[in-house]
Formats: sequence, structure tokens, C-alpha cells
Amino acid sequence: MNPVNYLYLAALLFTIGAAGVLIRKNAIVLFMCVELMLNACNLAFVAFSRMHGNLDGQIIAFFTMVVAAAEVVVGLAIIVSLFRTRHSASVDDASLMKL
Amino acid sequence: MSFPLLTVTAALPAVGAVLTAAVPAARRTAAKWLALLFSLATLALAVLVAVRFEPGGARYQLTESRAWIADFGVRYELGVDGIGVALIALTALLIPFIILAGWHDADPLENKSQRWRPTQGFFALILMVEAMVIISFEATDVFLFYIFFEAMLIPMYFLIGGFGDRATSSRSAAAAAGGTDENAAAQRSYAAVKFLLYNLVGGLIMLAAVIGLYVVAGNFSLQEITAARAAGTLDMATNTERLLFLGFFFAFAVKAPLWPLHTWLPNAMGEATAPVAVLITAVVDKVGTFAMLRFCLGLFPDASKWATPAILVLALISIVYGALVAVGQRDIKRLVAYASISHFGFIIMGIFAMTSQGQSGATLYMVNHGISTAALMLVAGFLISRRGSRLIADYGGVQKVAPVLAGTFLIGGLATLSLPGLAPFVSEFLVLVGTFARYPVIGIIATIGIVLAALYTLVLYQRTMTGPVKEEVRTMQDLRLREVLVVAPLIVLLIGLGVYPKPLTQIINPAVEHTLSDVHEKDPKPQVAVEAKNGEAAK
Amino acid sequence: MENLIGLLIAAPLLGAVVLLLGGRRLDKAGHWLGTLFAAASFGIGVVLFADLLGRGAEDRTLYEKLYTWIPVEGFQADVAFQLDQLSMTFVLLITGVGTLIHIYSIGYMEHDERRRRFFGYLNLFLAAMLLLVLADNYLLLYVGWEGVGLASYLLIGFWQHKPSAATAAKKAFLVNRVGDMGLSIAIMLLFTTFGTFAFGPVFASVGNATEGKLTAIALMLLLAACGKSAQVPLQSWLGDAMEGPTPVSALIHAATMVTAGVYLIVRSAAVFNGAPDAQLVVTIVGAVTLIFGAIVGCAKDDIKKALAGSTMSQIGYMILAAGLGPVGYVFAIMHLVTHGFFKAGLFLGAGSVMHGMNDEVDMRKYGALRKFMPVTFVTFGLGYLAIIGFPGLSGFFSKDMIIEAAFAKGGTQGWILGGVALLGAGITAFYMTRVMLLTFFGEKRWQPDAAGHEPHPHESPKSMTIPMVILAFGSVFAGAFFEIGERFLKWLEPVTGYEHGNSPVSAMTVTASTMVVLVVGVGIAWSMYGRRPVPVVAPRGSLLTRAARRDLLQDDFNHVVLVRGGEHLTRSLVYVDHSLVDGAVNGTAAAVGGASGRLRKLQNGYARSYAVSMFGGTAILIAATLLMRAV
Repeated sequence: MNPVNYLYLAALLFTIGAAGVLIRKNAIVLFMCVELMLNACNLAFVAFSRMHGNLDGQIIAFFTMVVAAAEVVVGLAIIVSLFRTRHSASVDDASLMKL
Repeated sequence: MSFPLLTVTAALPAVGAVLTAAVPAARRTAAKWLALLFSLATLALAVLVAVRFEPGGARYQLTESRAWIADFGVRYELGVDGIGVALIALTALLIPFIILAGWHDADPLENKSQRWRPTQGFFALILMVEAMVIISFEATDVFLFYIFFEAMLIPMYFLIGGFGDRATSSRSAAAAAGGTDENAAAQRSYAAVKFLLYNLVGGLIMLAAVIGLYVVAGNFSLQEITAARAAGTLDMATNTERLLFLGFFFAFAVKAPLWPLHTWLPNAMGEATAPVAVLITAVVDKVGTFAMLRFCLGLFPDASKWATPAILVLALISIVYGALVAVGQRDIKRLVAYASISHFGFIIMGIFAMTSQGQSGATLYMVNHGISTAALMLVAGFLISRRGSRLIADYGGVQKVAPVLAGTFLIGGLATLSLPGLAPFVSEFLVLVGTFARYPVIGIIATIGIVLAALYTLVLYQRTMTGPVKEEVRTMQDLRLREVLVVAPLIVLLIGLGVYPKPLTQIINPAVEHTLSDVHEKDPKPQVAVEAKNGEAAK
Repeated sequence: MENLIGLLIAAPLLGAVVLLLGGRRLDKAGHWLGTLFAAASFGIGVVLFADLLGRGAEDRTLYEKLYTWIPVEGFQADVAFQLDQLSMTFVLLITGVGTLIHIYSIGYMEHDERRRRFFGYLNLFLAAMLLLVLADNYLLLYVGWEGVGLASYLLIGFWQHKPSAATAAKKAFLVNRVGDMGLSIAIMLLFTTFGTFAFGPVFASVGNATEGKLTAIALMLLLAACGKSAQVPLQSWLGDAMEGPTPVSALIHAATMVTAGVYLIVRSAAVFNGAPDAQLVVTIVGAVTLIFGAIVGCAKDDIKKALAGSTMSQIGYMILAAGLGPVGYVFAIMHLVTHGFFKAGLFLGAGSVMHGMNDEVDMRKYGALRKFMPVTFVTFGLGYLAIIGFPGLSGFFSKDMIIEAAFAKGGTQGWILGGVALLGAGITAFYMTRVMLLTFFGEKRWQPDAAGHEPHPHESPKSMTIPMVILAFGSVFAGAFFEIGERFLKWLEPVTGYEHGNSPVSAMTVTASTMVVLVVGVGIAWSMYGRRPVPVVAPRGSLLTRAARRDLLQDDFNHVVLVRGGEHLTRSLVYVDHSLVDGAVNGTAAAVGGASGRLRKLQNGYARSYAVSMFGGTAILIAATLLMRAV
């Protein structure tokens, strides 16, 4: 199969994720959308790796996964503590950290 | 490599700063003594530098050179010429007096919540400034100089903003103690931020010029570039040179300060404690005028000559304008600040007159102004701390109750107005003669400055010290032993250097000759032939 | 012998240091110490004088170079002294009169708790004044020049608890500073013209300089002289300077310091001789001041201010003579010396009167004091006769010579200057007779003061009367002593040069006309103040009298133009500094602050709006990249 198709899929997934981040209020959903975008990138990286015949893309994909895992750990902790203090997971409620 | 004397001289106060800051909170007095000890040790090293320096020898002596950031040609290069030696000596000399004068300025207030070890911080910051100033006088690498020229702002910022003058310029001292405290703090932080921003803007523009210089010259070494410029092997396009010159000059003119970039100084000196005000005007500002002499003239000789007329006019405006505005001040410390602006006008005028009298005079002026302003400002500080007010109108008749204080204040004032016999006269006259030899009109207008100096000094003295004794002044104490110890040596120096300035001039003269040859200038010759007969021969 | 020159200055300087730093410990002995140092200096002066007399006329110049003061490339200033006949004359006058006035002050300042300091200042003055006349170059002279200014400042303001004294001191210093500006410009001109400012080389090479240069230098020197010697237009400080203690007025503001301007001009004779235009200006200044001071002296009721007007006028004579060139230099100095005697004597007499009258200075409240103060009356009277030029007394000789020399200027100028000098002699006779009559003759006019204390005029103590007697002695005989065998002329001629002027009128005619104006002046004064009782409250007087009481409105002019104008200038500059210069800076800061305030609104705290801008930004960047590639 033509690897380019994978790229189309990645672009589609990324767009869905981005739209989710922009539209949804719930922090958990937002988070999932971010993950979706990250994984879309991973897919693209692997596809590129295949297309160019070297391993750079795959290595970066691993990096991305590690970062994503770390992000999940920190991010979920924040969301949980936010929910505990405010009884809401809406990101719009946490708008006090501004100048 | 021989013993790195210059590095040690600069590093010693820095070490002192760290140690002073580390003294436990309760041991305030120990911190003071430690700081004083380190400042005295630095003075001893500075004296050693002056002794080891041979006036007739190479231009830069006691040089040190190490690779630092090799990729950008930045080297750790130190070296002093006569001008540097004189100013290092001045700095090292004044710091012990500043520390001694500010002995109680940073004691925690009894009724206030205590900040984190203010006393230790105050003295550590002063030593930090000293270290940075000294290394600025030593650096012969443009980048190295730039770093410390800028880094100096950080401790200065905290000294101004964090340790303000407890006396205020509000109408009544009683009100100041209570209600207007907030106001005073706001004033102080305004002054500190103004100081910082002004100098940062200057520094930023200089940074651009420093990078530009690197692009043109390929390295940062003052000696190499100067030599190449003098030998004609390094050509700069006229416009490039002028732009770079302006970039450097702007930063130095802010620091010096030159009209119209001066307005940060009165605020900073007014709000800071008297010793810190001395630190600003007598020590830190000298880096600006020193750098004009060393970097502007050496690196950009043609552009310096191109800009001379404009700079002389600005200097002249500084002289007359500073003095006139000083006359109109109601606040003692602001008055001294404007007087300093006037004096810096003289220094800059002397530098750009491009004669050996002018430049020797300007260098001497830097030293003498440091001492005379220190004397006047520190006594003013003692006066202000007794009454708790900076307003001239709050004083009167002090002479009657505190004759020693008044006497030292008068001598400080007389030094400020350049009375012959005191040190500033020698330098002021040299500057005037040097300027007059090449620019007679400017020289003549500048002499108006000496009349105006008498005006603001004597008006200040008359209003504060003479006349009927004011009720609030009646119980004022005369100078204490510590305070006399601060002022007396300064006065002795003022008289000594006024009567016998030779030790300084013989160090300075060769350096000035080198600087003049950098810009390819020679002194104007006398207009007529002089008959051989003179006093000795006639006998 | 040369080494003694330095000691001459060192003695009073040491005295000043000891007395000013000595503290309260020396309060008891301070005045004796001060007098001792002054007397020591006088003693050294006499030794040096004897030495000079023992030499040939051409060999009477001593040099002493102590060290190089300011060595800078192309600029050499030495601390070096030159003692010649001119300096010697001044040294003897300064230390001699100075010592007498020290002795006088012991009594006069007896009840002042700060007497020690007073003597310290007096010693400081002596040192500075000696430095001024002994310097061998203009820069060192400048040090002495400002040094005496400082001493004068300290002494005028000695009673600084009185605001009027503090103001007067400040005014004296400031007006002098304007003159000093002239001196420093003159030195700068000398330096650029000759490359040096030492007397020897400059005077030797004056011929090489253009007349324009010399005129400029001479005019600047004249400006300096005007400041120090209280000549029009810088004369306004002298009257106020009478706020100082009377011995100060006698020593500094009559006998020595105010004559420094005359010294400067005579010393710079070579320069002035090469600048005829400047010399003309000098004579004009002298003539104007001569009349100006005399008129002011006529109107003042304050005895010291009347004498101050007289001083101004007499120095006008000297300046006039100095402006005449070699014809007049010697007579300028001769009048200076005789004036030193009689004016110091007059001031000390005035001080003695004030001492006995509870410090009252208004002559209208004196009267008939000759009965109460016989010694003061006699010594004052002799001084009076000397100053008006009574035949045979010292003023007669010296003033006559000046009037004669003025006529000898020749042409219309000669007639005008001579006429003015003659007129001045008449006015001098008038105002001095007025002072004499008001003070010592007529009925007693003093009354109890508000507290009911009536003054009890009494003769002053010995320490005060002895100096007065010695000075009176000098006032009587100095002129004749100088004139017989032309001693003074022969003494000074090698330094100043001398030409005998050809006067269009004979010496006899001049003397006769001087006598006539003298008699007329005395007569008018007698008819106004001697024949009829004097009102205690001054009558309103004519327009001229009222103007003269106000120093011919010079002070009002200064006040309106300089003081008010200056105040407005500084006030507006302070405003400019605050609003425009600093305003521009603060404006920039405010503009940046405002702009960032607007931008800050973008930070609304909503995570998703940040996300939108991130996506938007990324989209734009990508689009731009693609677009660039396409192009």
C-alpha cells in the first residue's frame, strides 16, 4: 500500500484532535484530543521513516511516546487536583492565572 | 605567568561580598567589620597596583590574558594604564569610607518586620559593586568590560531600591515617620527602576555596537583593535565607525550622565542613602567617563573627532544647566546630584577637548570629584540623618550647634566650587585651559560654571548652616568619632592633592599621551615665541 | 635669604592651622598665638627688607622655587615665589598693619566666645594675601586671590547667626567670583598666547604678542581687579561687607585685600603698557568709581558704610593712576600704602567708637564724642586730615601726585580725568568732614535704647588705642617720608618703570586748586553739619541723596535683573527638567506601559483561546513557508 495514505490518515487524526482541543471544555476530553494529535504525529513519523528508508522517524516516535507518557502523568495529576479543589473539570473555569 | 595581581584585586571584594552575605543573621556587627576588613585589604592591593605600576613603562601593565570563549574571540584580558590605576585607587579608597559612613544605614528598624538579613546584604552588595567596578577599570577586552559594565546594575539596583534614605523630602519629618512611608517606598522603587531602565537601554544599544565591532574587527581585544586602527590595517567604513561610536558613547553618556540623559541621577541619589549616593556618583558613574576615554577614543578615533563639536556642546549644556537647576533645588541630595551633573559636564568636556591638559585634567577631575563629592555628600548624609529631612528649608543655624559638622560641610562645599588650594581646582583649571586652547568660546562659557558653582554651594551653606538656630536643630549633635574618621581623611586628601597633585599627574600623563596619539591629535602650540628669560634664569 | 620667603607665608598659615584645629584648649591663648604668628611674619618681612636695602637697585629680586605644582604635558605651574620691591612694599604693609590689627582685635573681640577662631581666620587671611603678592606666576597668584576671598567670606560672615552677615558674606564671594572668572580667562589667554603664565617669561615676551591679545588679557585682568577692589560695576559687595567685625573692615576691606586689584594691574604693567585701549578703560573705571564711591560716602549715616564708600573712592584713585601707565604706577602704590595707614586708622577709630557706644553704627546717634574718647578723637582726626589731603600729611602727597599725573595724560582725556580727580578730592573733603562732625562734634544725640540702657561712651583699652596711635603716626608722616628725596619713586622704579608726565598745568597750580576744592568741601560740610544741630532721624533728602543711600540704585538693579531674573531662570529650568527632559523619559515609559496594557488583554486566561492563537500562528507560519517556496 502506498505510504502516502498513512499520511492522509495522520492528517485526518491530527485535525480531529485539534478541533477537539478547540471545541471541547472538559479537561479530560481535551487531554485525549492532545493525545490524539501526538499519535497522529507518531503515525506520520513512522510513515516518513518508511518512505525515506531510514530509522530517524521511528526513533523520534519513541521519543514522542515517552514525552507523551510523562505529560499524561503530570497532566492527569493537575487535572485531578483541579477537580478536587473546584469540583469541575472545565478548563474555562481555571482562568485565573493571567496578568 | 606571574602573580595575577589585577585579578586578585578585583576578586578580593567579590570574595568579601560572598563571605559577608554568609554571616549569620544575628551577627550583624561581625558582617560590618568583615566588609570593612575586605575593603581595606582591597585598598592595600590597589596601593600595591599603583606601586608596581611604572609610569614610564609600557602602556598597559600587569597584563593578564587567558582564553575564555575561544569561538568568539573573547578573552579574559586585563591590564591597567595610568588612568585605570588612578581610578582603581579612587574606588578602593572610597569604599571603606562608604562602608564606615553607612555603618548604621542598614540596621533593621525596631518597629518593622525584619527582612532577611538586611545588614549583611547591604555591605555584601557594596563590595560586589566594588569588585565589578574594579574589573571594569582593568578589562582590556571589550566583551569582558561589557559584561561587568552591565552586571554592575544588579547590585546597584538593589542598593537603591532596597536600602532607601530614611529621611524624606516631604514637608514635615514627623509625617514622614508615619503616614508617608508608603509614598517613600514608592518613590524609592521608582528611582531604582528608573536607574535600571535608563542604564539597561544604554547597555542594550552598546551590546549591539559590541557585536557590530566584532563583526568588523573579528575580535574583542582593545589592544589589538587600537593598534590595528592606529597602524591603518583595520579600516572601517566612515558610517559604520560613527554608528559603532554612537552605540558605545550612548551607553557611557547615560552612565556618566550627560545632558539630556541625566534625569535618573537626581532620583537615584535623592532616594538612596548618602553612602550609596556617593557610590553612584563617585564610583560607578566614573566607569562611564573612563570608558569614553579608553574605548570611544581608542576604538573609534575618527568618529570621536567627528562627534566632538556636538559632544562639547552637550557637555557645556550639562555644566551650565546642571548648575542652574542645582540652584533651584529644595532637596539637599538632589542639589548635590545636579552639581555632579555639572561636574560630569566638565569631565566630558576635558576628554573631548583632545588636549593633554584637557584629558589629564579630566582624569584628575574624576578622582577629585570622587573625593570632593564623597566629602560633601557624606557630611550631608550625617546632617540629614540627624534631622530626618532632606529639605534645605528644614535647617538653619546648624553652625552654632554643630561647628565641626558645619566646618567639614563648608570644606566639602568649597571643594565642590573648586576653591584654589583644594584638589578639584587643579583639575577644573586644567580642563578649562585644555578646552580653551582649542575651543576658546566654549572654554569661556564654561567658566560661568565656576560662578554658578559658588552660587549653589554658598546658598546651600547659608540656608542650612547660618542664621538663627531653628528649634528642631537646637539639640543636634556634632559629628561623632566614626563620622570624623570618615570625613577627616577625605579632607586631608582634598588639601594634599590640591597642593601637591604630582603623584597623580605623573601616573596619568603618559596614559593621556597614548590616548592622544590614538586619535592623532597634538596640543596646539603657543601663539608667540617666548623669551628664554624666566625666574630662575634671571637670577 | 630666599628661604625666608616661604617662611613669611608659612608662619601665619601655621597659625591658622593651629588655631582652627586646636579646639577649645586654645581658647585662652589663641589670640596671643595668632598675634605672635602675625608678628613673626612681620619680623621676617623686616629682615628681608633690610636684606633688599643692602643690595643694588637692580639686584633686589629674590626667587624661591619650592616645587613643581601641576606638571602636565605642555603645562607647568610652579609653587615659586618672587620677592621684589613691589612685593616687599606689600609684605610690609600686610604684615605690619596686619599685626597692629591683630593686637587691636585682642581688645575688640574680647567678649566674643569665638575669638580663637577669629584669629585663625585673620591668620589665614594674612597667609593668603602674602601668597597673592609673592607668587611668581598668575596661577599661584590666583590661589592667593581666592584664598583672600575665602578669608573675607569667613570673616564677613563671622557673626553668621545674623542673616544679614551671612548674606553679605555670600554676596561678597559671589561678586568676587565674577571677577575671578576674569582672572581665570586671563590666565587661559596667557597660556594659549605664551604657553606659560609665569611673570618673568610673559613680561619678557610681551612684545611678540599682538595688541589685540594683550588688550583682551588686560581687560580680563581688569575684570578681576574690579571684583576684588570693588570697582564699578562689581562694587556692590563692599558696603555689605561692613557686616563683618570692624578689625576685618580695617584690614581686609580697607588696607589690604581690596587693594589687590591695584597690585594686579601694577604687577601686569608690561601687559597693560602694550594695550593702550585697555589702559583707557582702566582709567575710566577708576574715575567712575572714584566719583561713585564718594557720592555714596556722602549719603550714608552708617559710619562704616560711609568709610566703605570712601575706600571705594580712594581705590578708584589708585586704579585711575594705574591706568595712566608708567606715569602713575608708582603713585598708585604710594597712595595705596598711605591709604593703608589712614584708612585702617579710621576704621579702627570707628571700631573704637562703636565699642564705646554699644555697637551703634548710626552717626546721627553720635555727637560730641571728642570729650569722651580723646585718644580716638585725636587719632581719627589725624587720619581724617590725612585722607582729605591736608598739606604735609600723607594723603596730601600721594593724592596730589595722582591728580597731577591724571592731568599729564594730555589732551581732552587728561583734562577730564584730572578734573574728575580734583572733584573727587572736594567730595572727599566734604564727606570726611561730615563723618568727623557728626561723630565727634556738636551735641550728644544718643538716647537710651528700648531696654532703657543708655550708652556710656568710654575710651577703649590700651590694646586698641596703641595700634590706632601707631597708624595715626603713619598717616601723618608716611607721605612726607616717601616724598622727601623721592625715596618711594626710586625704590619702586626698577619694577614698575617711571616716566615723568608733562602736565599742561604746573604742579603748583594743581596743589593750589586741590587746596581750593578742599576748603570748599570742608566749608560746605561745616555749613550743613557744623553750624546747626543735626536731626537724629535722617531727613528725606534730595533725589540724589536717597539714591546714594541706596548705593545709587546699583543693588536694586542687581536685585531686579540678576537675583529676580536668576530666580525665574532657575525656576523655569527646574520646571523644564522635570516636565520636558524627565517628562520625555516618563512619557516614553508611559507609552510603553500603555501599549503593553493593551497587549495584556490578549492574555485572558482561557486555555482554549491560547490554543486558537497557537493553531492560528502555526497555520500562518506554514502558509507563509509554502508561499515562499512557491514563489
